Amino acid sequence: MKTFMGYVAGLLFGLGLAISGMTDPARVLGFLDVAGAWDPTLLFVLGGAVVTAFIGYRLVWRRDAPWFAGCFTLPTRGDLDSRLLGGAALFSIGWGLSGYCPGPAVASLGGASEPLVALLVSMIVGWWLASRLKPKS
Amino acid sequence: MDTLTWIKGLVGGVMIGLSAVWLMASLGRIAGISGILSGLIWERPKGDSAWRLAFLLGLVSGPLVIMLAGGGLGNVAGRAEAVVGVPAGGVGLMLVAGFLVGLGTGLGSGCTSGHGVCGLARLSPRSAAATLVFLGMAMLTVFVSRHLAGGGA
Repeated sequence: MKTFMGYVAGLLFGLGLAISGMTDPARVLGFLDVAGAWDPTLLFVLGGAVVTAFIGYRLVWRRDAPWFAGCFTLPTRGDLDSRLLGGAALFSIGWGLSGYCPGPAVASLGGASEPLVALLVSMIVGWWLASRLKPKS
Repeated sequence: MDTLTWIKGLVGGVMIGLSAVWLMASLGRIAGISGILSGLIWERPKGDSAWRLAFLLGLVSGPLVIMLAGGGLGNVAGRAEAVVGVPAGGVGLMLVAGFLVGLGTGLGSGCTSGHGVCGLARLSPRSAAATLVFLGMAMLTVFVSRHLAGGGA
């Protein structure tokens, strides 16, 4: 049942990315290009997602535990560190060069092209290096 | 921008939010793509991998469903029938960009979904800071590559 729940969540996410147009790097880059022909679509996507999750999370957290797990697994840290901010900065350069963040890149596999596959492979290598550099929690 | 474009953006965004709520309600997890997938590939925690793999399959099948459904449900700029857009560069550029995306989201513990959607919805100060940094710096990256360097992405 946990597996099925995971599939439904992924499917909803993939449908949302496709319908919103976030599987198009041109839309994403158009949003990031504030000095060009600005495309505000991403703002509607992020806004719709954050407001929905904000309300939904609060309804969900009224329960003591999730349906199919013992407890809610939430990050507890509140401090800022160089790993967080440096990581965000590195990510942003790759995002700005390609228009792909991890979700849309993976979701676009159905329309795969050589450059997309290259991006996915090197993203996985990047994750590996990051997991090597991370102190074991 | 025409009305249909931003309505599709909003509808898709709400669906992404519902996905995050669903994952929290059912498994108590943050719907962060980089965390779910890098965990699946490089850590494979026991009893915690099957749902990640299922999430990955769902994520890939979502756009496939939209492709099969047809009828212009996608929102690719300038191509009403398309669901998945064309990469903005060749293999070389994508290798560099992919590595930075992987390393950065790995070190920074999250990407646009984990920090941008779930983190902001939780009102997490770490996620808010990360989101500000990656939005601002990505805009700067595009400005440099498109308007200063001339060409590129």
